[in-house]
Amino acid sequence: MVIFGVALLAICMLIGVFFGETLGVLMGVEANVGGVGIAMLLLILIVDYLKKRGKLSQPAQDGLSFWNTMYIPIVVAMSANQNVVAALDGGPLALLAGVIAVVASWILVPILSKGGTKTVIEEENSMLNGGDRNVRNIQ
Amino acid sequence: MFEIFSKVFTDNPLIVSFATVGITMYVAYFLSNKLTKGRIHGSAIAIVLGLVLAYVGGVVTGGEKGLSDISIFAGIGLMGGGMLRDFAIIATAFGANFDEIKKAGFSGIASLFIGVVLSFVVGVCIALAFGYTDAISLTTIGAGTATYIVGPVTGAAIGASSEVITISIAAGLIKSILTMVGTPFIAKYIGLNNPRSAMVYGGLLGTTSGVAGGLAATNPKLVPYGAVTATFYTGLGCLMGPSVLFLMTRAIFG
Repeated sequence: MVIFGVALLAICMLIGVFFGETLGVLMGVEANVGGVGIAMLLLILIVDYLKKRGKLSQPAQDGLSFWNTMYIPIVVAMSANQNVVAALDGGPLALLAGVIAVVASWILVPILSKGGTKTVIEEENSMLNGGDRNVRNIQ
Repeated sequence: MFEIFSKVFTDNPLIVSFATVGITMYVAYFLSNKLTKGRIHGSAIAIVLGLVLAYVGGVVTGGEKGLSDISIFAGIGLMGGGMLRDFAIIATAFGANFDEIKKAGFSGIASLFIGVVLSFVVGVCIALAFGYTDAISLTTIGAGTATYIVGPVTGAAIGASSEVITISIAAGLIKSILTMVGTPFIAKYIGLNNPRSAMVYGGLLGTTSGVAGGLAATNPKLVPYGAVTATFYTGLGCLMGPSVLFLMTRAIFG
Protein backbone atom coordinates (compact mmCIF):
# COMPACT_ATOMS: atom_id res chain seq x y z
CA MET A 1 0.00 0.00 0.00
CA VAL A 2 1.14 3.51 -0.82
CA ILE A 3 0.68 4.61 2.79
CA PHE A 4 3.36 2.12 3.93
CA GLY A 5 6.01 4.03 1.97
CA VAL A 6 4.72 7.38 3.21
CA ALA A 7 4.57 6.05 6.79
CA LEU A 8 8.15 4.71 6.52
CA LEU A 9 9.24 8.16 5.42
CA ALA A 10 7.31 9.79 8.26
CA ILE A 11 8.74 7.39 10.86
CA CYS A 12 12.29 8.01 9.59
CA MET A 13 11.68 11.76 9.84
CA LEU A 14 10.29 11.52 13.39
CA ILE A 15 13.18 9.32 14.55
CA GLY A 16 15.74 11.54 12.81
CA VAL A 17 14.28 14.74 14.23
CA PHE A 18 14.08 13.12 17.69
CA PHE A 19 17.78 12.17 17.54
CA GLY A 20 18.59 15.61 16.14
CA GLU A 21 16.86 17.27 19.10
CA THR A 22 18.57 14.89 21.54
CA LEU A 23 21.97 15.58 19.95
CA GLY A 24 21.26 19.29 20.25
CA VAL A 25 20.59 18.95 23.98
CA LEU A 26 23.68 16.74 24.46
CA MET A 27 25.92 19.18 22.57
CA GLY A 28 24.49 22.18 24.35
CA VAL A 29 23.25 23.68 21.07
CA GLU A 30 19.79 25.19 21.14
CA ALA A 31 19.07 23.59 17.79
CA ASN A 32 18.13 20.43 16.02
CA VAL A 33 21.51 18.94 15.14
CA GLY A 34 21.34 17.15 11.80
CA GLY A 35 17.90 15.61 12.33
CA VAL A 36 17.10 15.75 8.61
CA GLY A 37 20.46 14.21 7.72
CA ILE A 38 20.04 11.40 10.27
CA ALA A 39 16.55 10.69 8.87
CA MET A 40 17.98 10.51 5.35
CA LEU A 41 20.73 8.04 6.33
CA LEU A 42 18.11 5.99 8.19
CA LEU A 43 15.84 5.94 5.14
CA ILE A 44 18.69 4.92 2.81
CA LEU A 45 19.68 2.02 5.09
CA ILE A 46 16.10 0.82 5.70
CA VAL A 47 15.13 1.05 2.01
CA ASP A 48 18.33 -0.78 1.06
CA TYR A 49 17.61 -3.51 3.64
CA LEU A 50 13.96 -3.93 2.58
CA LYS A 51 14.70 -3.83 -1.16
CA LYS A 52 17.37 -6.54 -0.93
CA ARG A 53 14.85 -8.81 0.79
CA GLY A 54 12.05 -7.89 -1.59
CA LYS A 55 9.97 -6.53 1.30
CA LEU A 56 9.36 -3.11 -0.23
CA SER A 57 6.30 -3.40 -2.49
CA GLN A 58 5.93 -1.28 -5.61
CA PRO A 59 3.04 0.78 -4.17
CA ALA A 60 5.14 1.49 -1.06
CA GLN A 61 7.99 2.64 -3.30
CA ASP A 62 5.50 4.82 -5.20
CA GLY A 63 4.60 6.48 -1.90
CA LEU A 64 8.28 7.31 -1.35
CA SER A 65 8.77 8.39 -4.98
CA PHE A 66 5.84 10.78 -4.79
CA TRP A 67 7.41 12.80 -2.00
CA ASN A 68 10.81 12.47 -3.64
CA THR A 69 9.41 14.13 -6.79
CA MET A 70 7.51 16.74 -4.73
CA TYR A 71 10.86 18.01 -3.50
CA ILE A 72 11.38 20.61 -6.26
CA PRO A 73 7.77 22.00 -6.07
CA ILE A 74 8.10 22.29 -2.29
CA VAL A 75 11.42 24.08 -2.73
CA VAL A 76 9.67 26.41 -5.21
CA ALA A 77 6.95 27.09 -2.62
CA MET A 78 9.68 27.66 -0.04
CA SER A 79 11.38 30.20 -2.29
CA ALA A 80 8.03 32.00 -2.73
CA ASN A 81 7.95 32.29 1.08
CA GLN A 82 11.21 34.10 1.55
CA ASN A 83 11.83 37.68 2.53
CA VAL A 84 13.31 38.59 -0.85
CA VAL A 85 12.75 42.33 -0.44
CA ALA A 86 14.92 42.47 2.67
CA ALA A 87 17.60 40.26 1.16
CA LEU A 88 18.20 42.29 -1.99
CA ASP A 89 20.91 44.12 -0.09
CA GLY A 90 22.74 40.81 0.05
CA GLY A 91 22.64 40.41 -3.74
CA PRO A 92 26.34 40.82 -4.52
CA LEU A 93 27.21 38.64 -1.52
CA ALA A 94 25.10 35.74 -2.81
CA LEU A 95 26.41 36.22 -6.35
CA LEU A 96 30.07 36.24 -5.31
CA ALA A 97 29.70 33.31 -2.90
CA GLY A 98 27.90 31.19 -5.51
CA VAL A 99 30.28 31.97 -8.38
CA ILE A 100 33.49 31.49 -6.35
CA ALA A 101 32.21 28.22 -4.84
CA VAL A 102 31.48 26.81 -8.32
CA VAL A 103 34.81 27.93 -9.83
CA ALA A 104 36.76 26.56 -6.85
CA SER A 105 34.90 23.23 -7.19
CA TRP A 106 35.65 23.08 -10.93
CA ILE A 107 39.36 23.54 -10.24
CA LEU A 108 39.33 20.62 -7.79
CA VAL A 109 37.59 18.13 -10.14
CA PRO A 110 40.71 17.03 -12.10
CA ILE A 111 42.78 16.84 -8.89
CA LEU A 112 40.31 14.58 -7.08
CA SER A 113 39.61 12.48 -10.19
CA LYS A 114 43.23 11.27 -10.37
CA GLY A 115 44.04 7.59 -9.90
CA GLY A 116 42.07 4.44 -10.56
CA THR A 117 41.01 3.21 -13.97
CA LYS A 118 39.12 5.66 -16.08
CA THR A 119 36.62 4.57 -18.65
CA VAL A 120 36.13 7.42 -21.05
CA ILE A 121 32.58 7.62 -22.31
CA GLU A 122 32.46 9.14 -25.77
CA GLU A 123 29.22 10.90 -26.43
CA GLU A 124 28.86 9.40 -29.93
CA ASN A 125 29.29 5.85 -28.63
CA SER A 126 27.01 6.40 -25.69
CA MET A 127 24.18 7.26 -28.02
CA LEU A 128 24.40 3.78 -29.57
CA ASN A 129 24.43 1.99 -26.25
CA GLY A 130 20.72 1.94 -25.51
CA GLY A 131 19.21 2.65 -22.11
CA ASP A 132 20.32 5.77 -20.28
CA ARG A 133 21.12 3.94 -17.06
CA ASN A 134 22.56 0.71 -18.43
CA VAL A 135 25.95 0.85 -16.77
CA ARG A 136 27.13 -2.46 -18.22
CA ASN A 137 27.10 -1.11 -21.75
CA ILE A 138 30.00 1.21 -21.12
CA GLN A 139 32.96 0.30 -23.30
CA MET B 1 -18.85 37.25 -7.19
CA PHE B 2 -15.42 38.41 -6.04
CA GLU B 3 -16.33 37.52 -2.45
CA ILE B 4 -17.14 33.94 -3.47
CA PHE B 5 -13.90 33.72 -5.44
CA SER B 6 -11.91 35.03 -2.49
CA LYS B 7 -13.69 32.70 -0.04
CA VAL B 8 -12.93 29.60 -2.15
CA PHE B 9 -9.25 30.56 -2.20
CA THR B 10 -8.90 31.43 1.49
CA ASP B 11 -10.85 28.32 2.57
CA ASN B 12 -8.55 25.94 0.65
CA PRO B 13 -5.06 27.34 1.17
CA LEU B 14 -2.97 24.20 0.59
CA ILE B 15 -4.91 23.31 -2.57
CA VAL B 16 -4.39 26.84 -3.91
CA SER B 17 -0.65 26.45 -3.28
CA PHE B 18 -0.54 23.16 -5.27
CA ALA B 19 -2.23 24.93 -8.20
CA THR B 20 -0.05 28.04 -7.88
CA VAL B 21 3.21 26.11 -7.70
CA GLY B 22 2.09 23.79 -10.51
CA ILE B 23 1.28 26.70 -12.82
CA THR B 24 4.55 28.41 -11.86
CA MET B 25 6.49 25.25 -12.72
CA TYR B 26 4.60 24.82 -15.99
CA VAL B 27 5.56 28.35 -16.99
CA ALA B 28 9.14 27.70 -15.83
CA TYR B 29 9.54 24.51 -17.86
CA PHE B 30 7.90 26.21 -20.85
CA LEU B 31 10.43 29.05 -20.63
CA SER B 32 13.22 26.52 -20.09
CA ASN B 33 12.32 24.65 -23.27
CA LYS B 34 11.43 27.59 -25.51
CA LEU B 35 13.88 30.29 -24.46
CA THR B 36 16.92 28.31 -23.28
CA LYS B 37 16.36 25.03 -25.15
CA GLY B 38 16.53 23.21 -21.82
CA ARG B 39 19.98 24.54 -21.00
CA ILE B 40 18.78 26.28 -17.84
CA HIS B 41 16.83 23.61 -15.99
CA GLY B 42 13.12 24.27 -15.48
CA SER B 43 13.44 23.77 -11.73
CA ALA B 44 16.02 26.57 -11.50
CA ILE B 45 13.73 28.94 -13.44
CA ALA B 46 10.79 27.87 -11.23
CA ILE B 47 12.74 28.75 -8.08
CA VAL B 48 13.71 32.12 -9.55
CA LEU B 49 10.01 32.71 -10.40
CA GLY B 50 9.19 31.73 -6.80
CA LEU B 51 11.63 34.34 -5.51
CA VAL B 52 10.10 36.91 -7.88
CA LEU B 53 6.61 36.07 -6.53
CA ALA B 54 8.01 36.39 -3.00
CA TYR B 55 9.39 39.79 -3.95
CA VAL B 56 5.98 40.85 -5.31
CA GLY B 57 4.31 39.57 -2.13
CA GLY B 58 6.81 41.45 0.01
CA VAL B 59 6.35 44.71 -1.91
CA VAL B 60 2.53 44.45 -1.93
CA THR B 61 2.07 43.59 1.76
CA GLY B 62 5.26 44.88 3.35
CA GLY B 63 5.40 41.57 5.23
CA GLU B 64 8.25 39.15 5.79
CA LYS B 65 6.86 35.91 4.39
CA GLY B 66 6.77 36.70 0.69
CA LEU B 67 3.79 35.54 -1.36
CA SER B 68 2.16 33.80 1.62
CA ASP B 69 1.50 37.20 3.23
CA ILE B 70 -1.18 37.72 0.56
CA SER B 71 -4.19 36.01 2.18
CA ILE B 72 -5.35 34.02 -0.86
CA PHE B 73 -1.84 32.54 -1.16
CA ALA B 74 -1.44 31.68 2.53
CA GLY B 75 -1.13 27.97 1.63
CA ILE B 76 2.28 28.62 0.09
CA GLY B 77 3.43 29.11 3.67
CA LEU B 78 2.24 25.60 4.57
CA MET B 79 3.54 23.91 1.42
CA GLY B 80 6.92 25.63 1.65
CA GLY B 81 7.04 25.54 5.44
CA GLY B 82 9.43 23.57 7.60
CA MET B 83 7.38 20.39 8.02
CA LEU B 84 6.72 19.50 4.37
CA ARG B 85 10.10 20.88 3.33
CA ASP B 86 12.01 18.50 5.64
CA PHE B 87 9.69 15.63 4.64
CA ALA B 88 10.43 16.10 0.93
CA ILE B 89 14.15 16.53 1.52
CA ILE B 90 14.29 13.24 3.42
CA ALA B 91 12.36 11.60 0.58
CA THR B 92 15.14 12.54 -1.86
CA ALA B 93 17.33 10.00 -0.04
CA PHE B 94 15.09 7.36 -1.65
CA GLY B 95 17.03 7.98 -4.89
CA ALA B 96 20.32 7.01 -3.25
CA ASN B 97 21.75 3.58 -2.50
CA PHE B 98 24.57 2.55 -0.18
CA ASP B 99 26.00 0.11 -2.72
CA GLU B 100 26.11 2.86 -5.35
CA ILE B 101 28.16 5.14 -3.13
CA LYS B 102 30.54 2.21 -2.48
CA LYS B 103 31.16 2.05 -6.23
CA ALA B 104 32.15 5.70 -6.16
CA GLY B 105 34.97 4.58 -3.90
CA PHE B 106 37.25 6.75 -1.88
CA SER B 107 37.39 9.69 -4.30
CA GLY B 108 33.61 9.99 -4.38
CA ILE B 109 33.32 10.09 -0.59
CA ALA B 110 36.33 12.41 -0.28
CA SER B 111 34.85 14.78 -2.84
CA LEU B 112 31.59 14.92 -0.84
CA PHE B 113 33.32 16.09 2.34
CA ILE B 114 35.75 18.37 0.47
CA GLY B 115 32.87 19.79 -1.59
CA VAL B 116 30.71 20.64 1.44
CA VAL B 117 33.61 22.15 3.39
CA LEU B 118 35.01 24.04 0.36
CA SER B 119 31.69 25.72 -0.52
CA PHE B 120 31.04 26.40 3.17
CA VAL B 121 34.42 28.10 3.64
CA VAL B 122 33.96 30.17 0.46
CA GLY B 123 30.52 31.28 1.67
CA VAL B 124 31.81 32.17 5.14
CA CYS B 125 34.74 34.15 3.70
CA ILE B 126 32.51 36.16 1.34
CA ALA B 127 29.99 36.77 4.16
CA LEU B 128 32.85 38.02 6.36
CA ALA B 129 33.99 40.33 3.57
CA PHE B 130 30.46 41.75 3.44
CA GLY B 131 30.48 42.55 7.14
CA TYR B 132 28.71 39.61 8.79
CA THR B 133 30.48 38.65 12.00
CA ASP B 134 28.03 36.51 14.02
CA ALA B 135 28.45 32.75 13.88
CA ILE B 136 24.78 32.07 13.06
CA SER B 137 24.71 34.28 9.94
CA LEU B 138 28.16 33.12 8.78
CA THR B 139 27.21 29.46 9.16
CA THR B 140 23.89 29.91 7.34
CA ILE B 141 25.43 31.77 4.37
CA GLY B 142 28.27 29.23 4.22
CA ALA B 143 25.75 26.38 4.31
CA GLY B 144 23.64 28.08 1.61
CA THR B 145 26.71 28.30 -0.59
CA ALA B 146 26.79 24.48 -0.33
CA THR B 147 23.21 24.16 -1.66
CA TYR B 148 20.01 26.15 -1.40
CA ILE B 149 18.56 23.34 0.75
CA VAL B 150 21.39 23.15 3.27
CA GLY B 151 21.20 26.92 3.85
CA PRO B 152 17.57 27.13 5.03
CA VAL B 153 17.76 23.81 6.91
CA THR B 154 20.85 24.99 8.77
CA GLY B 155 19.47 28.48 9.24
CA ALA B 156 16.17 27.18 10.61
CA ALA B 157 17.99 24.81 12.98
CA ILE B 158 20.30 27.45 14.47
CA GLY B 159 17.81 30.33 14.39
CA ALA B 160 19.03 32.60 11.59
CA SER B 161 16.99 35.59 10.39
CA SER B 162 14.81 35.37 7.29
CA GLU B 163 17.06 37.81 5.43
CA VAL B 164 20.16 35.71 6.01
CA ILE B 165 18.28 32.54 5.02
CA THR B 166 17.18 34.25 1.80
CA ILE B 167 20.76 35.29 1.02
CA SER B 168 21.85 31.69 1.65
CA ILE B 169 19.19 30.40 -0.75
CA ALA B 170 20.25 33.00 -3.34
CA ALA B 171 23.89 31.88 -3.07
CA GLY B 172 22.85 28.24 -3.53
CA LEU B 173 20.63 29.22 -6.47
CA ILE B 174 23.47 31.02 -8.23
CA LYS B 175 25.66 27.96 -7.68
CA SER B 176 22.93 25.70 -9.07
CA ILE B 177 22.22 27.85 -12.15
CA LEU B 178 25.93 28.36 -12.90
CA THR B 179 26.51 24.59 -12.61
CA MET B 180 23.66 23.86 -15.04
CA VAL B 181 24.76 26.46 -17.58
CA GLY B 182 28.53 26.14 -17.18
CA THR B 183 29.05 22.36 -17.00
CA PRO B 184 28.85 21.64 -20.76
CA PHE B 185 31.38 24.40 -21.47
CA ILE B 186 33.87 23.52 -18.73
CA ALA B 187 33.60 19.71 -19.11
CA LYS B 188 36.48 19.17 -21.55
CA TYR B 189 38.87 21.35 -19.54
CA ILE B 190 38.38 19.40 -16.30
CA GLY B 191 38.30 15.88 -17.80
CA LEU B 192 34.59 15.40 -17.18
CA ASN B 193 34.12 12.45 -19.55
CA ASN B 194 34.19 9.34 -17.34
CA PRO B 195 32.21 7.87 -14.43
CA ARG B 196 34.88 8.58 -11.84
CA SER B 197 35.16 12.30 -12.62
CA ALA B 198 31.36 12.53 -12.87
CA MET B 199 31.05 11.11 -9.34
CA VAL B 200 33.71 13.52 -8.10
CA TYR B 201 31.85 16.32 -9.89
CA GLY B 202 28.56 15.41 -8.19
CA GLY B 203 30.31 15.26 -4.82
CA LEU B 204 32.11 18.58 -5.21
CA LEU B 205 29.26 20.64 -6.66
CA GLY B 206 26.48 18.83 -4.80
CA THR B 207 23.55 20.77 -6.17
CA THR B 208 21.42 17.88 -7.40
CA SER B 209 19.42 19.82 -9.99
CA GLY B 210 22.55 21.70 -11.08
CA VAL B 211 24.63 18.55 -11.47
CA ALA B 212 21.82 16.54 -13.11
CA GLY B 213 20.99 19.40 -15.48
CA GLY B 214 24.61 20.24 -16.23
CA LEU B 215 25.66 16.63 -16.85
CA ALA B 216 22.56 15.96 -18.95
CA ALA B 217 23.59 18.85 -21.19
CA THR B 218 27.15 17.49 -21.33
CA ASN B 219 26.58 13.75 -21.78
CA PRO B 220 23.39 12.03 -20.51
CA LYS B 221 25.42 8.89 -19.73
CA LEU B 222 27.21 10.71 -16.93
CA VAL B 223 24.03 11.82 -15.12
CA PRO B 224 23.51 8.78 -12.83
CA TYR B 225 27.15 8.88 -11.69
CA GLY B 226 26.98 12.55 -10.82
CA ALA B 227 23.56 12.19 -9.21
CA VAL B 228 24.73 9.26 -7.06
CA THR B 229 27.15 11.44 -5.12
CA ALA B 230 25.16 14.67 -5.43
CA THR B 231 22.13 13.09 -3.70
CA PHE B 232 24.32 12.51 -0.65
CA TYR B 233 25.66 16.04 -0.62
CA THR B 234 22.56 17.79 0.67
CA GLY B 235 22.09 15.12 3.36
CA LEU B 236 25.72 15.45 4.39
CA GLY B 237 25.39 19.22 4.37
CA CYS B 238 22.22 19.06 6.49
CA LEU B 239 24.05 16.78 8.92
CA MET B 240 27.24 18.86 9.09
CA GLY B 241 25.80 22.39 8.77
CA PRO B 242 23.95 22.80 12.06
CA SER B 243 26.43 20.56 13.92
CA VAL B 244 30.16 20.31 13.11
CA LEU B 245 30.38 23.35 10.83
CA PHE B 246 28.29 25.54 13.15
CA LEU B 247 30.30 24.51 16.22
CA MET B 248 33.58 25.19 14.38
CA THR B 249 32.36 28.57 13.14
CA ARG B 250 31.13 29.48 16.61
CA ALA B 251 34.46 28.45 18.13
CA ILE B 252 36.33 30.73 15.70
CA PHE B 253 33.98 33.73 15.52
CA GLY B 254 32.24 33.46 18.89
